[in-house]
Amino acid sequence: MTKLVADGVSAGYPARAVLRGCSISVGSGELVALVGPNGAGKSTLLRVLAGLLRPTSGMVSLDGRDLMTLSRATLAQRVAVVPQLFDTLFPFTVREIVALGRTARLGIFGTASTQDRDVVDRVISELGLGSLAARRIDRLSGGERQRAVLAMALAQEGAVLLLDEPTVHLDPGHQIATLELLRSLAARQGLAVCAVLHDLNLASAFASRIVVLDDGRIVTDGTPAEVLRADLVRAVFGDAFDLVARDGRPLVVPKVPVR
Amino acid sequence: MGAVAIAPSDVIAALAGSADTSGTIIRDLRLPRVLGSVLVGGSLGAAGALLQGLLRNPLADPFVTGTSAGASLAAVVAIVVGVAAPFVPIAAFGGALAAVLLVWRLARLGGATTVLTVLLAGIVLTSFAGGLVTFLLISSDRLALQLRALLGWLQGGVAVASWSELAVASLVVAAGLLLALLVAHRIDAYAFGEETAATLGVDPEQTTRAVLAATALLAGAAVALAGLVGFVGLVVPHALRFFIGATHARLVPASFIGGAIVLVLADLAARVVIAPAELPVGAITGLIGAPFFLALLVRSRRVAV
Repeated sequence: MTKLVADGVSAGYPARAVLRGCSISVGSGELVALVGPNGAGKSTLLRVLAGLLRPTSGMVSLDGRDLMTLSRATLAQRVAVVPQLFDTLFPFTVREIVALGRTARLGIFGTASTQDRDVVDRVISELGLGSLAARRIDRLSGGERQRAVLAMALAQEGAVLLLDEPTVHLDPGHQIATLELLRSLAARQGLAVCAVLHDLNLASAFASRIVVLDDGRIVTDGTPAEVLRADLVRAVFGDAFDLVARDGRPLVVPKVPVR
Repeated sequence: MGAVAIAPSDVIAALAGSADTSGTIIRDLRLPRVLGSVLVGGSLGAAGALLQGLLRNPLADPFVTGTSAGASLAAVVAIVVGVAAPFVPIAAFGGALAAVLLVWRLARLGGATTVLTVLLAGIVLTSFAGGLVTFLLISSDRLALQLRALLGWLQGGVAVASWSELAVASLVVAAGLLLALLVAHRIDAYAFGEETAATLGVDPEQTTRAVLAATALLAGAAVALAGLVGFVGLVVPHALRFFIGATHARLVPASFIGGAIVLVLADLAARVVIAPAELPVGAITGLIGAPFFLALLVRSRRVAV
């Protein structure tokens, strides 16, 4: 069991704090959706959770150990981050991209062990990338690229998976496929997954918990039914929404403008 | 092939140790020159591959980042103050290292290092060092006799003074290449930028330092042996990537070999095109490389937008 915990974390720039006293935890088997308006500090919180940004106060710990005391290589074997932009410039193949997930475990001249190769093969087949493995990543569709980059993160074999807007640039079908995959990674493989999401309905349908961030503070943290209430959604995102219930999950719909 | 025609059979005889004029030309002039070209072209190719990967920019090479300019300034200073030829590569390495550190400091001034600021700082340093070199050339009486040779050297000509200079340069190149091969696979992790490299387990500060030290060693040796030879470091890795892919554990050694071949051929061309006179090899690489660079520029703009 793994638990990534941010405790009273503030972070940002000297002149302007982006996060103020945020506490959040992500544990094995959970899919936590991080939502909030633009500029609320979601990406910053994710960077703090990934150990990329040092908090100005408070602490992020992984199973009780301060993230800042772990080396890059150690951290990479525990926490994987799926990058948001996946433009590579150079002609890497899908297999080469997935193999990047093993970087922290390679030998001195970058030599891969049998285990490294086995993990890459397994992840490629798990995500159905077998037929694309030899293709150049810059020649794939958005959905295929998303899967390749997710496979790279999974090849790290970490217990924690962090994603910054994994559904951006994807069509609705691929958005749902991605969230379904994340949900099953949490439920079946026991990964602790935390994803920044814009779509409240995807969060409602797939997340085990939703954390709402507004203006650098965590406003609320709970199950979709607890969090997605009309008063709260309107207070954070504005008045233009109605909430309806469907199969026990709340759905957020835009108010139809009066003509 | 060169200003004096020597039959292939005589070349073999010369390498085997014959004592006539042809033997002397081959052993003491042409063989060191070919080996020098191998070191220069290989170094520039490998350094270009490293820098392009680290900066995620196909237009990076030791030239554009000011490393070669720093090396040439230090080499000229070394010659002016009378440092013995074998030690010029070491001075050039010092200059390259200083240039690399300066460019990185300048580029970090505005916060995060971006490709654009690195390239701009490189250009600034290149023109500044160029100005200083001109000043030294014109003001130093000592140099009056060597002025022509020095100008030729600055334009890029593989002029190997002695076997000992070649030996020192080989050691510098070997150190740079070893460091390059050690760090090469980590550069792959920069495919999605520095932040993703970090989450993949690469220490960005350490990797940047290793790449800069390797490129300073390689570019320093190359500049000491051949002055400013442009475009090899830029064009060779890019052309090779098309054939062998982007993985740096393959690309860096391949760029060394490819760069070596290109420069040996370019030096050959430099010797025979207007024989018995010679062109600086930098003129040849410039003539071939500049159109290639422009094509890259156009293509990279299309991709970037």
